[in-house]
Amino acid sequence: MPLDPSFVGRTYPPTAPYQVGREKIREFASAIGATDPAHHDPEAARALGHADVVAPPTFPVIVTMAASSQIIEDPALGVDYSRLVHGDQRFAYTRPVVAGDELVCTNTIEDVSTRGGHGFLTTRTDVSTVGGEPVVAVWARYVIRGEA
Amino acid sequence: MELPAQTFQVTRADLVRYAGASGDFNPIHWSDRVATAVGLPGVIAHGMFTMALVGRAVTEWAGSPDAVVEYGVRFTRPVVVPDDDQGTEIEVTARVREVTEDGLTRLEVTATCLGDKVLSQARATIRTAR
Repeated sequence: MPLDPSFVGRTYPPTAPYQVGREKIREFASAIGATDPAHHDPEAARALGHADVVAPPTFPVIVTMAASSQIIEDPALGVDYSRLVHGDQRFAYTRPVVAGDELVCTNTIEDVSTRGGHGFLTTRTDVSTVGGEPVVAVWARYVIRGEA
Repeated sequence: MELPAQTFQVTRADLVRYAGASGDFNPIHWSDRVATAVGLPGVIAHGMFTMALVGRAVTEWAGSPDAVVEYGVRFTRPVVVPDDDQGTEIEVTARVREVTEDGLTRLEVTATCLGDKVLSQARATIRTAR
């Protein structure tokens, strides 16, 4: 079933706040082998001018992937999750995520199209603090593979 | 200008650890049975794990963990990770495309596995080291 192009431009209600924990940043940094002290040691992070340990660049995907279920599982849009392939990913940072941030995601559908039997979906997630300070904008493009 | 190549070894244990840390438990990243059932040659790395390793290379070149201003990739080919102690390797190189007057450096990044490009349109913008 082709995706409904009338969803382009739709913005979803902000998600519940995600509390960024120091141990979660350390765990994520360790999982990707990022050993810079600023990811692990609050003093090292403060020396760079941050309030607490600094998340690696792709850390926000933990928050945005969970938030994007709002779109991907929207029954009205009708994405077949079993055929979903992650095509592109992009981050534009206002500042790095740091421990202690309480982050809220606002999802927007930027593009919906069907070409060559495959569906394409581009989402933009604006990640900000609960206080409204922008932190990072995150784009993901998904391919929904057509029935062979 | 070419930046020095960086190589990352990726084993099944790394994928399990990344699944736990990221919350992405899609079984194609840990079960050969599920991966082959959907037509893959075997378990593949999370695209976001590859992107995270390349991000490590970028922050390494930048000389600071908080210097990345923009970072994007397209996933073009899966990184197949065999179930042995060696796993596989991702090699990351980059070329400086532009240094702007306001202190930004734009990189064109290449990531390969067994000689094949696994990303395309991989670009990062970093702030010049303080």
